[in-house]
Amino acid sequence: MSNYEIKEHDVLVIGAGGAGLRAAIEAAGKGISVGLVCKSLLGKAHTVMAEGGVAASLGTVDSRDGWQTHFRDTMIGGKYLNNYRMAELHAKEAAECVYELEKWGAVFDRTHDGKILQRAFGGHTYKRLCHVGDRTGLEMIRTLQDKGVHSGIDVYMECTISKLLKDGDKVSGAFGYFREDGRYILFRAKAIVLATGGTGRAFEVTSNSWEYTADGQALAYDAGADLIDMEFVQFHPTGMVWPPGVRGILVTEAVRGEGGRLTNKDGERFMWKYLPDALRGDYAADINEANAWVNDTLSGKLKTDYRRPPELSTRDNVARAIYTEVKEGRGSEHGGVYLDISYQPADRVKKKLPSMYHQFKDLADVDITKGPMEVGPTMHYTMGGIRVEADTQMSKVPGLFAAGECSGGMHGANRLGGNSLSDLIVFGRRAGRGAAAYASNISEMPKISDAEIKEAIDELEAPFKREKGHNPYKLQKDMYAITGSCFGIFRVEADLKKGLDMMEELNERIKQVGCGGGKNYNPGWHLARDLRNLSIAAEAIGRSALSRKESRGAHSRLDFPDTDEDQGHENTSVWKDGDKMQLAKTPLPVMPAELKELLKKKEVSHA
Amino acid sequence: MPEAYNAKLRVYRGDASGGTFKDYTVPVEEGMVVLDAIHYIQREVDPDLAVRWNCKAAKCGSCSAEVNGHPSLMCKTRMKGFSPDETITVQPIQSFPIIKDLVTDVSWNYEQNKRIQPFTPKKDTDWIMYQEDIERVQEFRKCIECFLCQNVCHVLRDNDRKDAFSGPRFMIRVASLEMHPLDDADRLEFLHKEGGIGYCNITKCCTEVCPESIHITDNGIIPMKERVVDEYYDPVAKFLKKVFSPKK
Repeated sequence: MSNYEIKEHDVLVIGAGGAGLRAAIEAAGKGISVGLVCKSLLGKAHTVMAEGGVAASLGTVDSRDGWQTHFRDTMIGGKYLNNYRMAELHAKEAAECVYELEKWGAVFDRTHDGKILQRAFGGHTYKRLCHVGDRTGLEMIRTLQDKGVHSGIDVYMECTISKLLKDGDKVSGAFGYFREDGRYILFRAKAIVLATGGTGRAFEVTSNSWEYTADGQALAYDAGADLIDMEFVQFHPTGMVWPPGVRGILVTEAVRGEGGRLTNKDGERFMWKYLPDALRGDYAADINEANAWVNDTLSGKLKTDYRRPPELSTRDNVARAIYTEVKEGRGSEHGGVYLDISYQPADRVKKKLPSMYHQFKDLADVDITKGPMEVGPTMHYTMGGIRVEADTQMSKVPGLFAAGECSGGMHGANRLGGNSLSDLIVFGRRAGRGAAAYASNISEMPKISDAEIKEAIDELEAPFKREKGHNPYKLQKDMYAITGSCFGIFRVEADLKKGLDMMEELNERIKQVGCGGGKNYNPGWHLARDLRNLSIAAEAIGRSALSRKESRGAHSRLDFPDTDEDQGHENTSVWKDGDKMQLAKTPLPVMPAELKELLKKKEVSHA
Repeated sequence: MPEAYNAKLRVYRGDASGGTFKDYTVPVEEGMVVLDAIHYIQREVDPDLAVRWNCKAAKCGSCSAEVNGHPSLMCKTRMKGFSPDETITVQPIQSFPIIKDLVTDVSWNYEQNKRIQPFTPKKDTDWIMYQEDIERVQEFRKCIECFLCQNVCHVLRDNDRKDAFSGPRFMIRVASLEMHPLDDADRLEFLHKEGGIGYCNITKCCTEVCPESIHITDNGIIPMKERVVDEYYDPVAKFLKKVFSPKK
């Protein structure tokens, strides 16, 4: 058997974005040994790309806000499919976690009276997103990184975990390799926190970085955990559409939060057409009221008596609207729609949206202070993920925890903008605490099985041994064709079935993936391994989408366009059974009466 | 729309034991950047070509390299900037040891950060900060850690004094803490001794390559140099400061 290094930690955190770093800091604070595995260099995780802000009901801008409203907005945004307890904990703890970041050195934009400034975002009743221009994610990850390096955490950079190991039913360690030279490493651990992010790289048009290859979902699935709600894939309404090389890169919702207008090629502000009737009253009645809201925002008024523009509808809704406009022939030159903020003073745009200004200038040669951007939907976020217990974030597998995007339940059928960054810090902290408590109750390191290690090594070595193996990049492209045409923004039974058949055929070819070269920093080899994880995610998305015979949140079925009350009480769960993926519907946890009351109460979103 | 053409790329292939440039031909699409060309080579020609990248949107600072000798983020370097008959040479950044192809070992930088005293808030602060008082700190906190400034710094690149100077990136990191209105620590001794701020001779090469347009020298290093000089080389100023003004 090949050689491998061995490291031991009480808690091993896999993934070093916001959730992983926050979990590691929390666990290390309990005085135990913590290891943190990053697939990239530290500080480069996908959190760095988050732009608009972190949602927390501080009430610094609008004192009417509070956790109850945040909870209600999150549940409405999630179409009531959220794990109520996660939504409750999230709404209650987000503010505290934001202030914690400030104490660790984060420098958020300020109100006139020197407090943390908050901006409007889709689906949030009040101005709630704490932000730093449009680089909030960078601020968060750098703050956590700087805190983390002084917390006594052992950081393993550019290290990929390929397999979780178990001692009986409990987690006992993780096996992987360093990208640099392909050397193997065995981590022995009492508890493991997965914080590996989403599944975006299963889709061609995505805002996600290369790392988003469903690693945590696949590792947990292989280890026996459930994945829930995988049909709910968020297509962000505004990704760049041109030039081809940047297709899918995110255009922050903050553009709309600051007053950005969506129009089709005929110049029509089309969003009014797509507002759900039940929520129409929350939005400006006409262009005059929308303009008045923007003017109040521009003048720095903290509270406004006007209702927000229709562009600030929830993401699922705006994405479908743009898709429909384009499909019906009213799209822009390159197959998107127009998003315009250039009617505002150029200086203000540059101050409020600096990275958008540079992104369009540098990557597309477009000056957003002078003309509109072209935007279209892009795969952005995975609402589904590893099923966890809300308070501790532990999965069905004892000792295996998950936090952030790779976990499921918090966002239900659709995530509100800004709720992902708050998710990371609230549940990163809880997972770190949960894992530390679990590890502290275990006296001895769980046992490691040599057979499992051998299996892990054999799997990693296999692509080198297939001289005529399939090119991993070609396989990934083939996957894109399936996910894009069959599992995309609008779904229909025939396509989903066809997609699943094609995935089955693709999976056979993925088993025959090959790579040349050596083990030293070999991206072809790395992708060969990542493909397996992506294929599990793609299959879970397809199967779950086929099973949900209704439209709800981000899941839109052309053959079942309505929301079905009965299906609103169940999650879709998939798990591994031998070589097969099993699927079942499981009932949602029952919400206590006092929380139900909060949902009933129609809080006034405008004076 | 410009005519499609094939671009000529020369990409460094090798590792610590040595290497050589290899020529590739890459079909150019409109709007393409150098990183797209590198990905094309990975996909179609050499799947083991090593390159670091994450976001492809100039936000993560992973894809630093030298393109025709110019330190750049490959995701921001548009093919349009080169003439179709020009050969585009891509090599790894030069101040750090090569791992493979375009990937270098930048771990030294992460060691520097550990030596800097982290944010230390004033006791009993009410956490009120005004926007005008944090603009400068926010400028420094835009840093995406691409390490291009470290790559062009003469002290690190030409003189290889990594033992003596932490480099512009970490001068900016210190500046972001020292100028934080609520920070209570004093990092002047670090700057003077371990950090080696005296080694910087203000050629401003770092500022020129910063993709975030941070005024590294003017807004960060020079004001801190002045404070270090006051503290260590000007006894009168030091005395007056002690008598008349509280720290910061």
